Amino acid sequence: MTDEPQRHAVIEVSDARVSFGAVKALDGVTMTIMPGECVGLVGHNGAGKSTIVNVINGGLTPHSGTIRCSGTVAPRYGIGTARANGVRCVFQELSLCPNLTVIENTRVMHRTLTGWGWRRRAAAIIKAKLDAIFPGHGIDVASPVSDLSIAERQMVEIATAFSQVAQPVRLVILDEPTSSLDASLATQLLAYVRTFVASGGSVIFISHILGEILSTSDRIVVMKDGRVVAERAAAEFDEHSLVAAMGSVVKGRDIAKTIKPTDGLQPLLTAPPRRGKGLPFQAFSGEIIGLAGLGGHGQTDALVDLYLSRTGSWLNGRAPQVTFVAGDRALNGVFPLWSILKNLSIAHLSGLSRRGGMLDDPGEAALGQAWKERIEIRTPDVDNPILSLSGGNQQKVLFARALATPAPAVLMDDPMRGVDIGTKQEVYAILRAEAEKGRTFIWYSTEMDEVCLCDRVYVFNNGAIVAELKGDDVTEKNILAASFMGAAA
Amino acid sequence: MRKILSSDTIRLLIPALSLTILLISVFYLQPRAMSYTGLNLLFNLSVPIALATIAQMLIMTVNDLDLSMGTFVSFIACVAATFLQATPVLGILILAAAVATYAAMGVLIHVRNLPSIVVTLGMSFVWGGLAVLILPAPGGQAPEWIRAVMISKPPFVPMAIIASITIAVVSHFLIMRSSFGVILRGVGGNARSVERAGWSIIRARAATYALAAVFAILAGISLVGLTTAADANIALRYTLLSIAGVILGGGEFTGGRVSPIGAVIGALTLTLAGSFLSFLRISPDWQIGAQGAILIVVLGLRLLLNRLERREKRA
Repeated sequence: MTDEPQRHAVIEVSDARVSFGAVKALDGVTMTIMPGECVGLVGHNGAGKSTIVNVINGGLTPHSGTIRCSGTVAPRYGIGTARANGVRCVFQELSLCPNLTVIENTRVMHRTLTGWGWRRRAAAIIKAKLDAIFPGHGIDVASPVSDLSIAERQMVEIATAFSQVAQPVRLVILDEPTSSLDASLATQLLAYVRTFVASGGSVIFISHILGEILSTSDRIVVMKDGRVVAERAAAEFDEHSLVAAMGSVVKGRDIAKTIKPTDGLQPLLTAPPRRGKGLPFQAFSGEIIGLAGLGGHGQTDALVDLYLSRTGSWLNGRAPQVTFVAGDRALNGVFPLWSILKNLSIAHLSGLSRRGGMLDDPGEAALGQAWKERIEIRTPDVDNPILSLSGGNQQKVLFARALATPAPAVLMDDPMRGVDIGTKQEVYAILRAEAEKGRTFIWYSTEMDEVCLCDRVYVFNNGAIVAELKGDDVTEKNILAASFMGAAA
Repeated sequence: MRKILSSDTIRLLIPALSLTILLISVFYLQPRAMSYTGLNLLFNLSVPIALATIAQMLIMTVNDLDLSMGTFVSFIACVAATFLQATPVLGILILAAAVATYAAMGVLIHVRNLPSIVVTLGMSFVWGGLAVLILPAPGGQAPEWIRAVMISKPPFVPMAIIASITIAVVSHFLIMRSSFGVILRGVGGNARSVERAGWSIIRARAATYALAAVFAILAGISLVGLTTAADANIALRYTLLSIAGVILGGGEFTGGRVSPIGAVIGALTLTLAGSFLSFLRISPDWQIGAQGAILIVVLGLRLLLNRLERREKRA
């Protein structure tokens, strides 16, 4: 694409500084993206990855520093300039218009699609790109986005970013693109990223799955506290050195799991086989139960049914039986206008209210303070708005919300999506400690490492439970075998 | 398993069905309505209501609500019966200023992040006051040309039906098919992603409001064409009628989910419901309540269908 004699950088950000109040989100970041390279960007949540992405895509103007496009300084760099220079972005939270069809969403992203026959042209463009990236995707481009699953929406968004209408696509920023895709789709995407890079395009690739970063990137930039702390060729890193550079340590996994004898015990939660197929579901006190299988095979529905069958009654007592940790923070997790404290205490209001239905303010504040310290929510004050927190810390608040209730069972719908390794380790430890105390966790996760932490795993396929794995049988190999065996049957 | 009907078709099914049922009941009660003149009389007054409903629908497309629709249409009717008739140039200037005011309202609502309900409620007093200043007592006279258009008798199909179909088709192309309409609906669905794609939300909002004003102006002018004279309170009912029409036609208050064809059908249904109740000889004291009951039944049906659809999707 760039055949100039001296190869200019696609984007060159030098000494960018951004601060939100007292928080320095970017503290002098310099980053150069050359044509034809894939740059992996890793770091904790809150390290400044999203901020630098927003600077590059024009959504955020740095308070100081310069941005050069193809070697020339862009004085008023904004969304328009970024797009004109071929910068595209796939955001971490899904950002399509749910009321529009796939074709119409393509039109929103590409302003040159106008005039007679734009529908036909848009359909051809997006269809071709979907076919190129995800062969056999099975998405009807005329259907509204609200009818698509999360994985399909992510696929559409990625395809829209890569599709070329007027300006050539020179740099695509992928912010956690694989978090909603299952393994096979992620592989297709990563393969496409390599072909795109080989043809001269550039990619900034952000992921918490270090294996993907290592295998896909040419160069890896590690960020911490708003600064670039390491920048080397991908080949010079391995998983341990990357984690070490980010500044958190992977704790060794518990070696042996004890299989708790469950015979004769009264299960805490049960569910019959789903739609008359597969195995029934049982959960005992103090267990961490994983729901595994390929993404979108009925795990979330199973969780929601479990939850609704035990709540949602008008005659609920003060002691809830189950509580829920949502996976899609923006959709059904946080109350965006509320403070951190209100977001935390909402599930436990009945326990916090005094006689007469008035809220016990000191009690609520004490609860907030206790959880802030216990799970280390990084904020000076729990009365700050929830959106002032980074994504990982918001997720911690959602965990605290569930754990603050006296409910004996906690249902978790892939809650660690897009959370950094350090936060994950902290939450795993909290889960273990709570399970020791007798709480039950039912945990749907798309990440194999997390499923392998569970005591017992149910593998889902096509909406039904096809296998149950216990203790030391919970291994990546067994889970994969079970989820693919079911698919073949 | 592929769905046979798209969700948009199902959305349109209920309003179309309720209109058909009402129409059949009216014909059963009063077979003489089944004629050229009968149909024209039944649907005459639905033309301005349909236009106002489209205007309201545009505002609802960007997740806002216009509570000044009734007073604005009344104000336009007063302008049409006085200035537009006596001094057309001045009249057109006033109408242009009204469109600009609407666009400014859209900008204000967006820039200051104000609730549209508050702004439009405030503006409703402004429009109402201006209307009373122009016509303190009922009066004025409709311009000849609009009178001629509204009472014209095209062959075979009555004017009211032709006008309704034209409104539905034009607004469908404008909002559902054109690339401009996609942006408007995108703002209602997910303003952030539209902004990230490099669009100006302020401009989109201003355009939506201005377009809504144009439809509302057409509503006021066509209303005067039917009534020949105007009054400052002539269209106060239109605020709620237009909202009910949009909802009845399958639109939703938020999320940019609207249907122009449905909205026109909703407006027709609302007008027909009034005639239906008269044919049933229900006393006028009860008519408003009965009209409400019809609304509740239709909306209940839609909820039921939505639930079925969701169950089908989960199954």
